[in-house]
Amino acid sequence: MSEAASPIVATHNLTLRFGGALIVDDVSLAVPEGMFVSIIGPNGAGKTSFFNLLSGLYKPSAGSVVFRGEDVTGLSPSARARRGLGRSFQLTTIFPGLSTLENARLAVQASHPGNAVFWKSAARDRAAKERAAWALETVGLAGRGAVPAAALAHGDKRKLDLALLLCAEPEVLLLDEPTAGVGAEEVPVMLETIRRIRRVEGKTILMVEHKMDVVHDLSDRVAVLANGALVAYDTPDAVMADPFVRSAYLGVA
Amino acid sequence: MTTIVLLTLTGLALAAMYFLLAAGLALIFGLMDVLNFAHGAFFTWGAYSAWWTIGRFTAAGSQEGSTGGFLLGVLVAPVVGALLAVLVEVVLLRPLYKRPIYQVLVTLGAGLMLTQMTSVIWRPDARFFPQPGWLADTSTVLGARVPNNRFLLIAAALVVLGGMLLFLKRTRYGLVVRAGAENREMVRALGIDVDRAFTLVFALGGALAGLGGAFGAAYFGSVEPTFGSVNLIFAFIVVVIGGLGSVTGSALAAVIIGLAQQFGNYYTTWAGDFVVVLLLAAVLLLRPGGLLGDRT
Repeated sequence: MSEAASPIVATHNLTLRFGGALIVDDVSLAVPEGMFVSIIGPNGAGKTSFFNLLSGLYKPSAGSVVFRGEDVTGLSPSARARRGLGRSFQLTTIFPGLSTLENARLAVQASHPGNAVFWKSAARDRAAKERAAWALETVGLAGRGAVPAAALAHGDKRKLDLALLLCAEPEVLLLDEPTAGVGAEEVPVMLETIRRIRRVEGKTILMVEHKMDVVHDLSDRVAVLANGALVAYDTPDAVMADPFVRSAYLGVA
Repeated sequence: MTTIVLLTLTGLALAAMYFLLAAGLALIFGLMDVLNFAHGAFFTWGAYSAWWTIGRFTAAGSQEGSTGGFLLGVLVAPVVGALLAVLVEVVLLRPLYKRPIYQVLVTLGAGLMLTQMTSVIWRPDARFFPQPGWLADTSTVLGARVPNNRFLLIAAALVVLGGMLLFLKRTRYGLVVRAGAENREMVRALGIDVDRAFTLVFALGGALAGLGGAFGAAYFGSVEPTFGSVNLIFAFIVVVIGGLGSVTGSALAAVIIGLAQQFGNYYTTWAGDFVVVLLLAAVLLLRPGGLLGDRT
């Protein structure tokens, strides 16, 4: 993986202020294509805010987000998702009354906005169903398609989250703490699912995570945020060894 | 026995007419949270368009309408209903989606105005609806002589029910409508054009109301401007009993109301509408979400 390759996604001096508070502080981060980058930092470090700036949920106070050489700072989350910068779905995006498969179909449809002629859409409908079924299979929910999403166990809901992400066929996956709230025995399954997606699909992945062991095993690079600023960006081993990171984040003197 | 068969089939035909009106109301309320008081006017306009169309093909003063004219009327009525519905949605409702009270007022006003227009154009009194002979004829079922238009209404409602369930379950727009009924803002956040789904649902509801008007004209044998508003009251009751937003619930409730009204009106002079209101009160007290409603 060559560092010289032009980055698939990059931020330039990205800054977010809420009132007087500086949430994200002048972050410039370049992610080469195909790389797995984890973003870590203590609570309140601005990780999720930074993520929301990437997906377009928040508009930055200053700076820009560039995807494949195009400035996407002014685009909505759905417009970014259609270009391939995957939105970070969360549990709130699940429609409890629809079946698991229907939730996935809706996510496929959202990424391919239809034309007005609905009787012409039969063939595309079939493609959407296949894509949705494939996504469920990839995350290990193949047998749960007909179950109402409300009836899924919490761990399965997180898997559905992941499937919804895949439905949009993103080039860059944004994963916001995919193991949060997942039972201890389910975490390895979730991580294996993410690892498999990475291996099979070869996607670029950005992940917010606070479990250090998870980050270390999965990541090519780790970015450390503290008080909204990027304080380190290197291989997992180099970041762990960084004395500043050790004191600021790992709490090791 | 003969009477019971006749009352049952007539009640089911009445139920079919209520369902055609209520199905659109239920969908519109489910997706958009709009109580559409203009819906009765779509029904009236559907009835008048069918009456006008059949009149073009029927000799003046003739008791028997032309079959071709009737079939054409059945095609024209839903088109007129859908066009009016789209007009109301796009021009009047779209600017008001954040103001629910104004929406109620604007649909009420549009309904009154559209209804008034029919009496200005075609006089306020009832007009005879000349049916084709085969439609006004009766068939004998278990000794009861039942007008054929009853069977046609029931068949039409069954086809519409099946078609709507297929639409909601199988098509991409149906999926958007169902997801929107659960959480409209989230569907919008996904980048799906919910406004287009609104217009589609309104057009569909208007078309069904127009169709109901055409068949209703055959059922009653006449058309008049108050046609829609009278039936709209019962359609609203059907929607509330069935569960706001549930098409299957509306079908079930329509059957209950249609039968209760027919039997009530036959055996007493007063009980038909009274039983309906009683049923409404009972459902509101015991199952406020309606028979098949998700909401409580």
